Amino acid sequence: MKIFVCVKHVPDTAANIKIIDGSNFDDNVKFVVNPYDEYAIEQAVQIKKEKGVEVIIVTLGTDQALATIRSALAMGADRGIHIKTDMLITDAMTTGLALKNIIQKEGGADLVITGKQSVDTEGMQIQYRLALGLGMPVVTDAVSMMLDNGLATVECERGNGEIAVMELDMPCLIGATKGLNEPRYPKLPDILKAKRKPVKEIALTELVPQLPVDKTVIMSFSLIPEKGQANIIEGTPVEAASRFVELLEEEALI
Amino acid sequence: MSIVGALIEITNGKIKKSNLGVLTAASDRGNNEVYALVFEDADSRFNTLEQYGATRIVRISSSKADLMKSPDLIARAIIKTMEEYGIMSLIGLSSPIGKDLLSRIASRMNKPLIQDCISVDLTKKTVIKSHFSGKTTAEVKIESDYFISGIRPNAIEPAKSPGKAEIISFDALVDGPVGVRIKEIKQSDSNRLDLTEANIIISGGRPVGSEKNFSILNECASKLGAAVGASRSAVDAGFALHGMQVGQTGKTVSPKLYIACGISGAVQHYAGMKTSKIIVAINTDKDAPILGKCDYGIIGDLFEIVPAITEALK
Ligand SMILES: Cc1cc2nc3c(=O)[nH]c(=O)nc-3n(C[C@H](O)[C@H](O)[C@H](O)COP(=O)(O)OP(=O)(O)OC[C@H]3O[C@@H](n4cnc5c(N)ncnc54)[C@H](O)[C@@H]3O)c2cc1C
Ligand SMILES: Nc1ncnc2c1ncn2[C@@H]1O[C@H](COP(=O)(O)O)[C@@H](O)[C@H]1O
Repeated sequence: MKIFVCVKHVPDTAANIKIIDGSNFDDNVKFVVNPYDEYAIEQAVQIKKEKGVEVIIVTLGTDQALATIRSALAMGADRGIHIKTDMLITDAMTTGLALKNIIQKEGGADLVITGKQSVDTEGMQIQYRLALGLGMPVVTDAVSMMLDNGLATVECERGNGEIAVMELDMPCLIGATKGLNEPRYPKLPDILKAKRKPVKEIALTELVPQLPVDKTVIMSFSLIPEKGQANIIEGTPVEAASRFVELLEEEALI
Repeated sequence: MSIVGALIEITNGKIKKSNLGVLTAASDRGNNEVYALVFEDADSRFNTLEQYGATRIVRISSSKADLMKSPDLIARAIIKTMEEYGIMSLIGLSSPIGKDLLSRIASRMNKPLIQDCISVDLTKKTVIKSHFSGKTTAEVKIESDYFISGIRPNAIEPAKSPGKAEIISFDALVDGPVGVRIKEIKQSDSNRLDLTEANIIISGGRPVGSEKNFSILNECASKLGAAVGASRSAVDAGFALHGMQVGQTGKTVSPKLYIACGISGAVQHYAGMKTSKIIVAINTDKDAPILGKCDYGIIGDLFEIVPAITEALK
């Protein structure tokens, strides 16, 4: 069985984002594996242990994204594919197409696992575009999955404490979220071993020679101002609590 | 005046309040003809849709399949409806169900989609959405003949715009087989208010200390009509359910009021709640990071303050 895991190289969420020229950002910050994609990698590696399968990491990103592929390999994946581009942000239509093209070029997948969303662009859609392109059924926000007899049974979080139990014909695509598993921390020998695992490179321009005409374009970024120092509501617990409730009434919140 | 489709979610016969903001966005102050697209029976609620600007209500079904069996069937039925009525702009909610449907629709049509928008401008075909885990917003232009977008729940305040809407039934005639099927919907805790929908959220951090202690927050929440959230530390320690986690790896919320009890205000938590209108922190440490970036603070022990608030609300 061949499992492809799509992993994105993203700025650390703790990084301080600086906007340049309105619509770019200073990429001189720490980048990490997209946190949701760690659940995807872990899941693939766990399946690999059970059934002896090949786990392939695919990343579309700049030269620096190789670090993220290596991190994924250190978690136990077998090999990587690096789709190279100079663009720090690629449009969802392009990304979906590039990932689809490479998976088809590699002879197709029995299972594709992604994260539920990337924490930089917060696009929430690549898994669907890729699945559609590959002609696979898809679900996302998976908190548990079971593969059996050509069927995947997946529990998906739907908010409100609600879980949708979904059944998919395999091959299929599953988007992972927190709760699916506990991603492992690779140990030093794993990290060293990962350095020797094969990573294929291919240029985005070769994989997608003609970028889709329909697209989205980032016009500008603006920092969301953080709120300032809190107004402290003084007094004993009882006094502070009653002042607080008065305040809620004034603000028409209750 | 153009035609804009507004995707309406109906759960247990009820239209979500945040869904009315979708109508408001679609109507653009009465500038557009709004087709409210509903895919479950809810006759009694249709007047709500009229109140908020729907000019037509399209009840979508299929005589060939039960749409509720698969999100793929619903997505295909909505695409058929868009074709039938010449709908080239579609706005829905980026709620768990809405964002799933919108992604299925846009992928199937091979058209761009922007999820989780804070505002939309249908004339300019631009939206504002959060980027970098809530650190920035981005103004994004959709370059396409279609405009498909999802709105963050509660981001757009519903505005009344009463009128009369024509009700049409549309048989989308979609059928199977489908590769993805809903087997069962499990309700882990049906009394719990949906975090992303709630007007008020009260969240607990690591110091809450146990699952049992969360009852202090639950009691206060039921007086406030609030949903209960948690920090990752509280979730990882097993005090709260995964679904309650607010933050970068949890839910992104923007309620009118967010009360953080014993939460330090780490960037990953803050990212998930910073767009809340009013943020209040209850913390023993006057130097806790959260107190440097919120509206009101109460310095003290959550085990004293929270019950006192519950009491004051009685
Ligand atoms: C990749 C990544 C993703 C993450 N995602 C998330 C996420 O989605 N959500 C999230 O929340 N975190 C997330 N985190 C974790 C985050 O960095 C913090 O570790 C976490 O938010 C801390 O939780 P806390 O504030 O409850 O606990 P603590 O940091 O322990 O803070 C407790 C606070 O309570 C105060 N306090 C102590 N006792 C009391 C009392 N009796 N009454 C009142 N106040 C008291 C303390 O002064 C302190 O400020 C993530 C981290 C990483 C690395
Ligand atoms: N550039 C990329 N390279 C590899 N995988 C990606 C890339 N962008 C997105 N993905 C995958 O698609 C998921 C959803 O991304 P998004 O639609 O951007 O929120 C992510 O969690 C990744 O698994």
